[in-house]
Formats: sequence, structure tokens, C-alpha cells
Amino acid sequence: MNFLVTLINGLSLGGIYAMIALGYTMVYGIAKMLNFAHGDVLMVGGYVMFVFLAINAHPLLALLVAVIFCTLFGIGIEYVAYRPLRGASPLAVLITAIGVSYLLQSLAQIIFGSETRYVTVAELGLVKIGSLSLSVATLVTLGVCLAVMLVLHLFVRYSRIGRAMVAVSEDRGAASLMGISVNFIISLTFAIGFALAALASFFYLMKTPIITPTLGSMPGIKAFTAAVIGGIGSIPGAMLGGLLLGLVECFSNAVPALAPYTDAIEFALLIVILLGKPTGFLGKIRREKV
Amino acid sequence: MMSFFQKYKLKHYVNYAVIALFTLIFTILSLSGALHSSTQYLLEAMGISMILAVSLNLVVGLLGELSLGHAGFMCLGAYLGGKVASLLAPSLGESSPLTLLLSLAVGGVVAALAGLLIGLPALRLKGDYLAVVTLAFGEIVRVLFKNSGESFGGAQGLATPRFDRQTLFLWIFLSLLVCLFFLQNLMRSKHGRAITAIRDNEIAARASGVSVVKYKLLAFMLSSFFAGVAGVLFSFSQFNVRFDHFDYNYSIEILVMIVLGGLGSINGSLVAASLITFLNVKLADVLTGNLAILQDLVYALILILVIIYSNAPALKNFRERFNLRRLWGKIRKPKKADASVQRDDANDWAEIPTKIPMNEILSTDLSPVDSSVKARGDAPADREEDRHD
Amino acid sequence: MTDAVLQTEQLGISFGGLKAVQNVNLTVKKNEIYGLIGPNGAGKTTVFNLLTGVYTPTTGTFFLNGEELRGKTQEQINRAGVARTFQNIRLFNNMTVVRNVMVGLANRPEYRCSLFTSLFRLPRHFKVEKAMRAKAKELLAIFGLLEERNQLACSLPYGKQRKLEIARALASDPKLLLLDEPAAGMNPQETAELMDTIRFVRDHFDMTILLIEHDMSLVSGICDGLTVLNFGTVLAQGSVSEVLHDPAVVKAYLGE
Repeated sequence: MNFLVTLINGLSLGGIYAMIALGYTMVYGIAKMLNFAHGDVLMVGGYVMFVFLAINAHPLLALLVAVIFCTLFGIGIEYVAYRPLRGASPLAVLITAIGVSYLLQSLAQIIFGSETRYVTVAELGLVKIGSLSLSVATLVTLGVCLAVMLVLHLFVRYSRIGRAMVAVSEDRGAASLMGISVNFIISLTFAIGFALAALASFFYLMKTPIITPTLGSMPGIKAFTAAVIGGIGSIPGAMLGGLLLGLVECFSNAVPALAPYTDAIEFALLIVILLGKPTGFLGKIRREKV
Repeated sequence: MMSFFQKYKLKHYVNYAVIALFTLIFTILSLSGALHSSTQYLLEAMGISMILAVSLNLVVGLLGELSLGHAGFMCLGAYLGGKVASLLAPSLGESSPLTLLLSLAVGGVVAALAGLLIGLPALRLKGDYLAVVTLAFGEIVRVLFKNSGESFGGAQGLATPRFDRQTLFLWIFLSLLVCLFFLQNLMRSKHGRAITAIRDNEIAARASGVSVVKYKLLAFMLSSFFAGVAGVLFSFSQFNVRFDHFDYNYSIEILVMIVLGGLGSINGSLVAASLITFLNVKLADVLTGNLAILQDLVYALILILVIIYSNAPALKNFRERFNLRRLWGKIRKPKKADASVQRDDANDWAEIPTKIPMNEILSTDLSPVDSSVKARGDAPADREEDRHD
Repeated sequence: MTDAVLQTEQLGISFGGLKAVQNVNLTVKKNEIYGLIGPNGAGKTTVFNLLTGVYTPTTGTFFLNGEELRGKTQEQINRAGVARTFQNIRLFNNMTVVRNVMVGLANRPEYRCSLFTSLFRLPRHFKVEKAMRAKAKELLAIFGLLEERNQLACSLPYGKQRKLEIARALASDPKLLLLDEPAAGMNPQETAELMDTIRFVRDHFDMTILLIEHDMSLVSGICDGLTVLNFGTVLAQGSVSEVLHDPAVVKAYLGE
């Protein structure tokens, strides 16, 4: 019974990780860069909702505004910080992303101060299913996450733009020769990724209603880990990695002896998986041609 | 005079001399009691940062693998060295050099072994994947020490002996000199060339008989050894080691130092590390509250701008025109052709019109395996070295 | 076994179910310049990758001067005496020209210098460095690259980059030199020059050369023997004129 509760909690946490991981993975797959600042979008979205809830806006309105804000924000960041570096060495891009992450955190600190803020996005209470008592928030999170993933998967698979995204990720040069606007696709990818992160932010705050300027760091790194475990660049991989990591985290936290070591266990899992399968579970093997 | 310099390549030893002179002056000041304790602390922090930056540069700038776990190695060194010191202090004395040396040895060696452990995945993983593994390693180390319980102080942190403040910075700068000695000697030997060859093109390096396994592990071990040493020195400087100091932001801070100093350039790392640490420590006194945050903001902006300026493909021409080294070369010897600048090969192009390197024009191949780090840092040193022999 | 420098026996590799190369039997004699030709995707570069240890053959084996090299690593094979160039030039771009060659020199026994010696700068380190630099310059002079020795390798024009790659390969003192499309991207005049260079390398370095090439003028001009690959198998083998007049070869190249 406890097992079931933990399982569902794990899946819902995993869903949140997966949503952030989807952004990581799509940006990596299409723009070929690790957007280290991705986790911080969680924080940005959180603060936007905080502001709107403070003026008594409806939570869903706050969420909507946060999503729109983060979407535009993603496009802006890509345009200002990453686009000039297209074609530069991956390390340079990565370090810029780290710089952006720092910038966002310190901006948030300047605007909102470094103190912890509490925000209640939604009070959904508990539901009893048989003898199980589950928080509705958890179930909603799980449901929405699965739906979002499914939609995204179908979008990339079957829509015209989705296929253009796949094309850009396969071969940017060839895609642009086929008349696909690479810049547009990359901007769109950032927009989708950031919107997902804002959505994830809502559910994350539903779970832990605390906002600090560094809120995004840990979930960001965890989601990144999830993306890598699943095989970075792969959408189903991000889902798989996210859910797996969420389960591991919840089950490890449920065992008192393991609880303090949860983070270490998750990262150790990452190292072991990468050693066994260097591209993650569903990542494509790209051999350098000799 | 010039030829004397050239003959013995004295410029290779300039950084030793500068640091030694610096150390000497401050030692005299310290012994005469003229040095304020805050200045001593500043010197200690600068020395430790320089060791960290130079050692990280070996892996990132010269081997070309991104490591985000340098603070993890430092953490290992700090805890184990600190533990050894606190065990030895009752019998050998708190300020005994022997205590310090033994803890340095233990901290360094344990960190080097961890470096070996992290070097092993480096043989299979590349680029971003390896960066994640090093990041994960740093976090694991931190969590382990956080939950270490009594033996390592647990959440309170580990108390370390109170080493004599008057001389600690001297030891730190001596360690820095030793670190420089080994790393520069390595880089100026065939072994160092093998390491940069791996960075530039691993496949060609293998085909040229470079033992990639050996050199990757060597670079990781040496780099983490000195990170461990820096950790031990840090534990002596702080009197107390706490796991939360060594988070991933700290690794990033070291990375920022070497990026600003120029990847692959040891002197650049030294300058950037001492400058940033100086500013950090000094500004921490002056700036409080929101101003302190402003400092972070400025760092972040500088980091982004520097990277975009020095890497953006669109700014290539601009960079070449305003290349400091080139301008300096023009001032110094206006008549000699400057070998450091690509020769104007207009004639060559005219001769052979088919020579356009297509792969360079269309170089958008960004597959993850190919993401070899391209650092330009050591190039100028390369040229200078050979010019006069 | 008498004077065969390279001998392959039923050499082959399959990736998954795809048989990329199968049953390749080559014999390259000492001081020969041997050509490996074939249409695109015939498996020529794969053969090179097998011979240099990038891939391990799934079938068959190969010998260098009678020593079996199958299953050895790239580094071991290089030390045993096989050096190569690449179809898409692979230089150490951010290192100077002279250092590119010095990387190649590092494994020669006469330049042995332990890590310890280097770290502590013992006298041997200086001696070895000096000798290596001199040797590297000697090699660069042969290829007309002495002037450019302090430039970054990436700043060289294309033709010189190709030459530098050959110089670097020769630096490791190989017994067998593998050239992967050395004339790619060259005009006829440069190709003619390259032919002289290859002959010169053979004579001056007492070298045995196996090369992949599409340029028939180069192949017929300098090769002593020829193997044609098609779909991973040997289509024809023998002297140049024999092979080029073989009906099967003509068919593979020109169609029916």
C-alpha cells in the first residue's frame, strides 16, 4: 500500500522531471547545445506565478501568463546569447549557457531578494481510492505530464513542423537546403522547451511551494540527468529517464537508511548507466566517421 | 640581452620568478608584522584559486575535456587532508610543516585516485556526457561528506587544526610553484604534446601512436591531485571544512577563471584566478546586500560577453583585426614579417583555385562525438617557443 | 612470405548484418606502391580502418612483415609500423606545424623519454627535445614546409596540409604507409607533383605504400599493383594495365 503511494508519487515527480528533461533533450537534439540555464526557467516561471498570485489572479491565469512569458523569454535568450555562437565550439556555447544561468539567478535575487518565498498555486486536497489516500495534485501532475508528453511526441512525429525539427536535428545543412528555416525551428524549439519548463514549474510548486532564486538548480540538474539517462536528444528517452529518476528518488527517500543519500544514489545511477551504455537508454549512437 | 633571453628560453621561467618575488615580499612583510590578517587571508585565497585554475586548465584547456567536478576533487582533498591533519596535530603540533606535508600528500593522492576513477569514464564518454559525469561526481562527494556523521563532522563540517597564519600563505605559494613546475614541464614535453594532440584530433592522435588511455588518465590524475592539494590548503586556511562550500557553482567559478584567462593558457589562468579572487574577497568587504548580488550579475554578463566576443563566428574578422598579440607584434618589430599571423596567402589561392576547403565553409557538423573542444590558448606559446631556435 | 610487407588473409568485417568488406586478400611487396580503387562506398576506407585497428576484423587476419596485427589497438599497430593519412585531413589544428610532426616522432625508440624525466626536466629531456625538433625540421624541409613550421596547422593552405599529414605519418618511422585519397581536391598539376612526392617518399624512406585513389592518372602513373573493390569484395587484382582492362572493372565503373 505504502508501496503504491510511493510509486504514484515517484511517477508524478518523474513526470515533472520528464517535462523539464524534454526541454533539455529537444534543445540538445535540435540546437545541439546543452542549455544549462534550462533549470532556471523553472525559477523564472515560479516568480511570474508568484507575482500574479500575489495580485490574486486565478492560478490558471498565472500559469498561462508564466507559460507565455517563458516562451517569449526562451526565444529572446536564444536570440541574444546563443544565436551569435552558432557554429562556435560546443564548450563556448556551454559556458555561455552557464553564464545565462548565473545571470538569471542573480537577476531574480536583485528583483525578489534572496529570501525564501512561499506560494500556494492550488489547494487540491486529498482523494481516497479504496484504502489509499492520495493527493489530488499528484494525480493531476501525473495525468498532465503524460498528456503533454504524448502530445509532444505526436507533434514531432506527425506534424509538418515536427518533421522539420527532426530534419534539422539530423542534418542542419541539408535541412536548410530543403527550404527549412533553421533559425525558426531552433527558436521554436527553445519556445517549446521553455514553455514546458514553465508548466513543470506549476506542478513543482504544487508539490513544494517554496521559491528561491536558486530554485531551478537542483531540479534542473536532476532533469538533465534524466535526459542523459534516457539518451539525450530522444523524446521518449527523456520521459523514460524522468520517470525512472522520479521513482528512484521517491523510493530512496522512503527508506530511512537511504534517504540522506538520495542525490548521491541518483547521480551514481547516472554514472553507472553511462558507463554501461554511453549514450543513455534510447540515445542514438553517433560514430565519428574515420 | 635579447639573445641571452632567447637562448635559455627565460620567458618560460618568468611566471616562477614573478610568483617567487611576490611570495618573498609578502613573507618579509609578514615576518616583520606589517601584514594585516585580512591581507594574509586574501593571499591564501588567491594562491588556492591559482592552483585550482591551473590544474583545471590541464583537463579543460589542454586535454579538451570539460570537467564540472573540480570542486569535488577539492572537497575530497579538503576533508581527507583536514582529517589527517587533525589526527596528527596532537602529536606533531598544529603548525608543524610535517603535519601540513603529510596531509597534503594524503589529500592529493586520494583526489588523484578519484581522478583516475573519473578518468575511466572519460575513455568511453565524450564532451557533454563526460561533463555530466564529472558534475555528478562532485555532487556525490558532497552528499557523502554531508552524511558522513561523526568521523568527518557531518553537517557541522570538519574542524581542522589552526595552522600558523604568518606562514600559511607561504606554504600555499610554494605549493603553487610546485604545481606550476610539474604542469609546465609536462606541457613543454612530448607528453604534453600528446595531450594537446588528443584535444585537437583524437582519431589522428591514435593513428599517430599516441596512447590515448594513458594520457587521458594522466591528465585527469594530475589535475585532480592538485585540486586535492588545493583542498587541503583550503582546509588549513578555513580551520573548518564544510561540504556546502564545494558545490557545483564553485566548480563553475573555477571554470570561469580559466575561460576568462584563455583556455590552455597557464599564465592566463594565473592572472584571471588571482584577479577574480582578489575582486571576490575585496568586494565582499565593500559590497553588502544587493550590491553583492550586483557583483554576481556583472560576472555573469562579463562571462557571456567574453565568450561571445571571442567565439562568435560573425566576429572573426573583427577579432583578427584587433588581435592584441598581433598589434603588439607590429609595434615590436615593424619590419619583420610576423609569423604569428597567418601569412597572406593570396598568391597560393590564385595559383590553385580548387583549394577552397569546403569542409571549413560547411562546418556545421555538430554530432556529439565530434564535439572536440577547440581551444586556441596554447597556440601563441607554441609559436613563440620555436621562433628563435 | 618472402618480401611481402603487408599480407591480408580473407580480411572482412560486418556491421550488424551488413558485410562491409569480405574476403580481401592483399599482398603488398616491399617498396611497392599499391593502389586500392573502387566506386564510392566499395569499402576502401573500411579496409584502411581494419589495417590501422580502428575496427577489428570479424573475419580473416593480416600481417605486417609476418607479424600478425589482428586485434591490436591503433596505437600498437602504429608502433608496429603502419602509419596513415585521412581522406578528410586530420591535423592537430591548434598546434604548430613542427609540433604536429613531433607528435608523430614521439614513439620512436631513439626519442624515448619517460614521464618522470620530463616532469623533472632531467638532462635527457632536453637532449631528446632538441633531437626531435631537429628531426622534425628535417622532415618538414623534405616536404617544403620548413618556412611554415611555426604556423598553426589549420592556417596552412590545403595542399600543404596534405603534405603535412604525410610528413606526420612518416615521422613515426612506418614500414607501411597508407594514403587515403591523397590527390582529393587537387588539380592535374598538383596531382603530378604529388606523384613525384609519393615516389620520392618510397625511394628516400625505403617505404612501402598502399593508397586509395579515384584519380586514374595518378593510379596508372605510379602504382605497381592494383586491387579493385566493389561492394566490399575484390573485383579484380593484378598489374595496373591488366586490371584496368578487366571487363568486370570496366562494367563496375561505366555500367553495361
